[in-house]
Amino acid sequence: MKRGPILNLLVGERGTAVFLAIVAIVGIVVPVMHLLPDEGSALQLSGYTMTLIGKYMTYALLAVAVDLVWGYCGILSLGHAAFFALGGYAMGMYLMRQIGTRGVYGDPVLPDFMVFLNYKELPWFWHGFDMFWFAMLMVAVVPGLLALLFGWLAFRSRVTGVYLSIITQALTYALMLAFFRNDMGFGGNNGMTDFKDILGFAINTPATRVALFIASAIALILGYLACRYITMSRAGRVVQAIRDAESRTRFIGYRVESYKLWIFTFSAVLAGIAGALYVPQVGIINPSEFQPINSIEVVIWVAVGGRGMLYGAAAGAVIVNYAKTFFTAALPEFWLYALGLLFVVVTLFLPRGFVGLLDRFGGKPPAAPPSTTSETARAATA
Amino acid sequence: MLLRRFGLVAAFVLASVLFAVTATAQTTAPTAGDTFAAAVAGLAAESFPEKSAAVTALSELKHPNGRAVLAALLDGKLYFRVADNKVYITDGGETALSLTDPLTLAAAGSGEPDDFSRITTNNSLRKTLRSAVATFALSDPDADVRLAAVREMLRSIDDDSVAILRTSMEKEADADVRKAMREGLALADLDSADADTRLTAVAALKDSLSPDVYNRLTIMVTADDAGSFPEPDERVRTTAREVISAIDSSRQVYATLETLFFGLSLGSVLVLAAIGLAITFGVMGVINMAHGELMMLGAYTTYVVQQAMPNHIGLSIFIAIPLAFLVSACVGMLIERGVVRFLYGRPLETLLATFGVSLILQQVVRDVFSANNRPVETPAWMAGSMQINEALSITYNRLYVILFMIVVFVVLQMVLQKTSLGLKVRAVAQNRNMARAMGVRTQWVDAMTFGLGSGIAGVAGVALSQLTNVGPNLGQQYIIDSFMVVVFGGVGNLWGTLIGGMSLGVVSKVLEPWAGAVLAKILVLIALILFIQRRPRGLFPQKGRAAEN
Repeated sequence: MKRGPILNLLVGERGTAVFLAIVAIVGIVVPVMHLLPDEGSALQLSGYTMTLIGKYMTYALLAVAVDLVWGYCGILSLGHAAFFALGGYAMGMYLMRQIGTRGVYGDPVLPDFMVFLNYKELPWFWHGFDMFWFAMLMVAVVPGLLALLFGWLAFRSRVTGVYLSIITQALTYALMLAFFRNDMGFGGNNGMTDFKDILGFAINTPATRVALFIASAIALILGYLACRYITMSRAGRVVQAIRDAESRTRFIGYRVESYKLWIFTFSAVLAGIAGALYVPQVGIINPSEFQPINSIEVVIWVAVGGRGMLYGAAAGAVIVNYAKTFFTAALPEFWLYALGLLFVVVTLFLPRGFVGLLDRFGGKPPAAPPSTTSETARAATA
Repeated sequence: MLLRRFGLVAAFVLASVLFAVTATAQTTAPTAGDTFAAAVAGLAAESFPEKSAAVTALSELKHPNGRAVLAALLDGKLYFRVADNKVYITDGGETALSLTDPLTLAAAGSGEPDDFSRITTNNSLRKTLRSAVATFALSDPDADVRLAAVREMLRSIDDDSVAILRTSMEKEADADVRKAMREGLALADLDSADADTRLTAVAALKDSLSPDVYNRLTIMVTADDAGSFPEPDERVRTTAREVISAIDSSRQVYATLETLFFGLSLGSVLVLAAIGLAITFGVMGVINMAHGELMMLGAYTTYVVQQAMPNHIGLSIFIAIPLAFLVSACVGMLIERGVVRFLYGRPLETLLATFGVSLILQQVVRDVFSANNRPVETPAWMAGSMQINEALSITYNRLYVILFMIVVFVVLQMVLQKTSLGLKVRAVAQNRNMARAMGVRTQWVDAMTFGLGSGIAGVAGVALSQLTNVGPNLGQQYIIDSFMVVVFGGVGNLWGTLIGGMSLGVVSKVLEPWAGAVLAKILVLIALILFIQRRPRGLFPQKGRAAEN
């Protein structure tokens, strides 16, 4: 059966088709169920639930971004939550500037925390964030530039495997420490909150929340399609070759560093966008988003869902986070056991995650799990 | 015969000596005691000149209790009974007075406040008293007491104390006390009207590190608003400036030494935390994210041991060290057998699985010991600090952590270099397949290596329990740092870990004064990230020509 390229992108893979359909349906049905039924009726979906689902969708986008570099390129980044948080901070800065004189101190230019910390004028890096387009540009540019710089340094000198994982973790740890400092000009450990407006609309009204929800769904679909396009392209095949045998790919004549660098940067931009959509929905951004454990949790979402399958990563994000929401409310002390066991069980018994499990029951011949054997390990164990 | 006569003579001589000694003791001792008692009784006299004479008599007697009596009088704690004029030391108070007999310094029951009257003093008597007390202290056989007395006198120096210091300095044998005396006298001389005296005094202060001296000299050369100096003589000012800069530079030296010491002790903590990781990572290529939690288990073991033997805190550490090693090693081997061995050759998966284990261990500790920090006591022999001079003191716990790290490092090197297990571990690290071909049970070696690395983590936990809070998050605080040390030092080389950890510790502490603790940490992390770009395999990369795929 021969399909056109666009159709192939959308429905060429059964999982992708199902996934896109679900996101599209959720993206339409949830807002309708929130807005149409009367307040308090049994059919109405609460604003809390809708925002929760919206939050899951931004997580799913982050998971897709991580899967792109880990599942397809073999780069285990333990610092992707940093890019997510940076995008979130860019959005947070825009939202802070929108508060204007409605802050506690009523300063027309300076956000509350700056008045509190005796800032006399706006730091240079806050200029321009009163404009939406500039802030949105920064949502993509700041994580992208950081990833570009970091990746350029790391990949050029062939830092691979666990070494790379550890220095990405060091990166997010350093950023966390930096953002916790009050004199960095990002609100210190309180971060930014008390947002009022986005694009002139009050942020807490149902209509704005629905708009943000739909924006998250659209961003997830577009981000997903972009990743799928990349993985289906010729470059995507090279990237997968790098994952399976980096040196061999280099010997054949591909510039491995460039491929890794660009896919890493693109993934960071996606993570930044996810963060930017996350912040207005949860209403706060603070330095704890940079915690190393957050980045590792993202990796486990991907592993649980199924590494090397974009829809698996997205599904994993939703499954794990739903479990987290459920357990932390019902059995708070049980959650860390569950999460810990999840890490162990998935890596030991489910190398392809739940999606692989479904495939096995669905009668598909199990595909070989994507190898992430790095050269370091082979060298060490050889 | 001769021998017997000699014995007889000797016995006679001995007996007569004994007799003479007891006789003198019998005759002289009561006399001294009587004089002392008389002098003490004289303190209760009506007139101040009589009291003053009694004080002088007391200070000349050099009786061992004299100082206590005079000090009590100075503090207004000397009373006499109105009924019989008998003198007692007491701590005053509204209700019953607890009495101390000045002659024996033994408790002498208690008495009604109304029956007693305080022995009053006036200014001139207090002055005499102060110098008498000081003279007593300055002739104390213990150098530390003398030093304390000198410091006390320097706090409020007057002509009398200068005179006392001058006389006792000539007799003083201890170098430290002499130095303190010289310093105090020079400080006093700075007030002299004679410029030459001041000049000599300033020059004499050249080696002093005391902040008082520094402040005093700085005041001398700082002009007031009108442009005139507190010190009128230009020569003295010039000398004072030279002395200040000399003091500055020697203070700088000590500050550098102190920073170095802080850095080395921080480095030792880092090495302790990282060295177990270096073993597992170096030998098996396994990233053990639960390493920090194994340290945490070691720290909690210390806590449990202290709970079990609350009366022997000093000893508990020595029991905790082997016990922590065992606990962490067992847990480590469980992790290896249960999880890690299924994931060899897949380091990224190992990283994730062991991270899961670390979450479970944290929660276990939270459930067993609660989420709050547990109090771990510091043994008395580890508390306090060693005062080297006024600009440099070294706390014992930091010193011990350096020593402990050295011991652990040496023992570990011995195990790896001198034992059969060490030989096998090194063989597997170099070439796993070849080692297996030669009959080494690599599975067993893996388990033992993991146990060894984990056990070292437990021992590191004992050290950490003395330096930081013992809580469920203890491991997380150190895990990233220890990874950094291993990656920086180079995998599979303990010397790399040692040098890496020590240099990271020193660099952090050098950066801290001008960058602040957090910024210093960020700078170190950034520097490490950049360093890894230059040397992707660390300072001391593993030798060999391991082929890439």
